Amino acid sequence: MLYREALNYALDEVMAADNSVVTLGEDVGLYGGSFRVTEGLVEKYGEKRVIDTPIAELSIVGNAVGMAIGGLRPVAEIMTGNFALLAFDQIINHMAKLRYMSNGKITLPMVVRFPQGVSRQLAAQHSESYEQMLSSVPGLKVLSVNDVNYAYHALKYAILSDDPFVFIEHELLYNKKGEVNFEEELDPFKARIVKEGSDITIVSYLKMVDDVMEAVIAIEQALKCSCEVIDLCSLNPIDYETLKSSIEKTSRLVMVEEDHKTGGYGSQIVAWAAEDLFYELDAPLLRLAGADIPVPYNRTLELASIPTAKSIASDIIEWGRKNDL
Amino acid sequence: MNKLLVKEIYFLMVLGREFEYAAKENYMRGNISGFLHLDIGQEALSVGAIKAFDKGDVFATYREHIMAIARGVEPRAVMAELFGKAEGVSGGKGGSMHLFEPSRFFYGGDAIVGGHIPNAVGCAYARKYLGSEDGVMVIFGDGATNGGAFFESLNNAATQKLPLLFVCENNEYAIGTNIERTAPFKEQAKKAEPYMLTMSVDGKDAEAVYETISKARKMIEDGHGPIFVEAFTCRYEGHSVSDSNAYRSAQEMKHCKAKDSLENCKKRLREKWMCSEAEIVSMEKEAKKVVEEAVSYAESAAEPNMSALFEHLFVEEV
Repeated sequence: MLYREALNYALDEVMAADNSVVTLGEDVGLYGGSFRVTEGLVEKYGEKRVIDTPIAELSIVGNAVGMAIGGLRPVAEIMTGNFALLAFDQIINHMAKLRYMSNGKITLPMVVRFPQGVSRQLAAQHSESYEQMLSSVPGLKVLSVNDVNYAYHALKYAILSDDPFVFIEHELLYNKKGEVNFEEELDPFKARIVKEGSDITIVSYLKMVDDVMEAVIAIEQALKCSCEVIDLCSLNPIDYETLKSSIEKTSRLVMVEEDHKTGGYGSQIVAWAAEDLFYELDAPLLRLAGADIPVPYNRTLELASIPTAKSIASDIIEWGRKNDL
Repeated sequence: MNKLLVKEIYFLMVLGREFEYAAKENYMRGNISGFLHLDIGQEALSVGAIKAFDKGDVFATYREHIMAIARGVEPRAVMAELFGKAEGVSGGKGGSMHLFEPSRFFYGGDAIVGGHIPNAVGCAYARKYLGSEDGVMVIFGDGATNGGAFFESLNNAATQKLPLLFVCENNEYAIGTNIERTAPFKEQAKKAEPYMLTMSVDGKDAEAVYETISKARKMIEDGHGPIFVEAFTCRYEGHSVSDSNAYRSAQEMKHCKAKDSLENCKKRLREKWMCSEAEIVSMEKEAKKVVEEAVSYAESAAEPNMSALFEHLFVEEV
């Protein structure tokens, strides 16, 4: 099953079971979704439940908030992360705050699906990542999806939950292949150990997990070591338990993210490790992230602006050699 | 209209004004802090609209104390909220600007100008989808009609033919800036005309507000689609208590207060509804008493427990 099919399957399943689940966004209906995640749903559930909206992101999320107040379970689709900036008032001031401000009187069972990231030469206004902003807002649960099995289970969980979720997808992962274990009971807030190892803990999320896995072969050969690779899955809350036991075992932490480095999401992870696990560490923390520039159009420049399997391998090998690994 | 109803409206307006003056006094005493937006002068609109829209969801702004009370929220729960107390309608976490009571279908307190309008659109969509007979009313000021959220909402509500009543309280001021300096015309209903039926009403005439909103409410409930009602009114105080109102001249304020919501209604009670002086005095006394009790309740109410700090962020804590 493809990543986008797993998401579609999850949506289809919850929509079939519960009439109060609706999905709304730009081109989600007759067009089938920009990334084909909502393909076939309008034919099954009709235009009242698969709602084609105007290109007006503030209203996509703002209306979803009102739908949740009014008794529905909306799944709002943002076409791409950069466009969601027009909806950030609704995400931050309304979706995240109404429950707390009302002392728990308002419940918002809603999901904002949030495709983002450097895709292929879409330039600066269609390539950025916003997990650093989203995960710093109290009142939102923020999930990030790398894995096909996780995509299915986590989306289903988020839609059926009574809390507001931002569900971050990466635009280059929609055609990723994988297996879904439908019987599994998956905890969406638990980090996933993608590969076990004993010498370096490499933490990542979204597409970078796959780049890290590609890089690990070269790293292990060059440094004669074994790497443990962790996919965070949930960006808020963070599964510190899983990270802690891994770092206690390996004594080394590398954080890899596509996001701009300054103020990027990974700074939270390395700051936490520096605060809480300083005496467990045998090497300086390493953080690999995107450059602090708007993402350029040209393919060579674009790839040079973010970590790639190649750069991840060479940066970690260099760091390992410098630190007696 | 009938005498009983006009009496109830008058009582709520007097109660509302007394409440606002008591809130102001307690702000000066330091019992209330933060931003406090008073509704004095606009009572006919707040009470008339809420009483006419007596079922269905209401989304309002940060100037919502009187609307919450008119919707049936206990005055003392509102005052306790202003005092930041645990017994406040929002547990002391919202304050003056964030009064919510879903059991009364009241989603008052949004403090992002225009930000609640798309929420009302979504709620109207949900109610229609779920087959509810009730509509949704969203109240906002003239200042909100210059923002994108408003225009997006006109478009979506009209396209989807939603049972949504837009109510614009046009008091001519967006905080401290006159609407004539930020919009090309005074009547904001002009912005809604291409999308939906519009009506306008004297916002200082409670009976007229009641009748206009009632008529519009019935129409949206009958499937007419959204309607825009503009009510012209005037704010006696500054935007909030911390605003000295210096941008309005004495002459302008005199004009602003020339027709008073309460005096107008009282006159009608005497002349049209044959209300005795004794009845009026008794209502005014009762309103004062309710407010005094609300203040003493708020004063003696408990502070929130420290455990409340992290409560109610999520349904399922993780």
